[in-house]
Amino acid sequence: MVTNVTNLSRSGLYDWMVQRVSAIVLGAYFIFMMGYFITHPGLTYADWHALFSGTGMRIFSLMAIVALGAHAWVGMWTITTDYLTEQAIGNKAVVVRFSVQALCGFAMFAYVVWGIQILWGL
Amino acid sequence: MNSKRPVNLDLRTIKLPLPAYTSILHRISGVILFVGIAFLLCALDSSLSSEEGFNSVKETMSHPFAKFITWGLLSALIYHFVAGVKHLLLDIDIADGKESGLLASKVTLAVSVLLILIAGVWVW
Repeated sequence: MVTNVTNLSRSGLYDWMVQRVSAIVLGAYFIFMMGYFITHPGLTYADWHALFSGTGMRIFSLMAIVALGAHAWVGMWTITTDYLTEQAIGNKAVVVRFSVQALCGFAMFAYVVWGIQILWGL
Repeated sequence: MNSKRPVNLDLRTIKLPLPAYTSILHRISGVILFVGIAFLLCALDSSLSSEEGFNSVKETMSHPFAKFITWGLLSALIYHFVAGVKHLLLDIDIADGKESGLLASKVTLAVSVLLILIAGVWVW
């Protein structure tokens, strides 16, 4: 049994919803990018730069990165609370689980900031 | 709370049905993608920084090892996407029965394998 103090919203239903909505954004972004790569076989820097210079594309990309942060947080939280338990790894479980979750949280924050810098640093 | 209460669901002692394995694979592919995103952001960063950066990413991507990694990440993405669609269908009560769930898991694996093979051909 894991005491839930580290979940995103203190509400399982809200976390569930965040994961579904972010999944749809990420799915749409994946399909769009694959479609772009398939229809642009000999991709040049000019095309690539022009794509990410558009405001619409920047908004879509930032949305995908924020969705990624939320989606991955809920996912990694679920995985860590399921497997890094006292039953599985013993009495250090709380420390290990919290450390892994903190590392995940830091990585997601870094991804979002890095993404903003890439998109608006052009 | 009574800490001596019985605990079930010790995954190491339970024989799991196929849908459980497709679900666990969904989690594993998710973790792979979470780590892989760092490499994708790295590639996006240099490909957008300058023409030289773009060309160096393009050149790096043409190495056989880089192609293998790309294919690996693409495979994780494809599986996570297909299994994710199945999860969304489960939420609206499609394929959540005993037989339909098993069938949906087989379809998920078949569609993923097919798309992963196509992706392999596309990368090489």
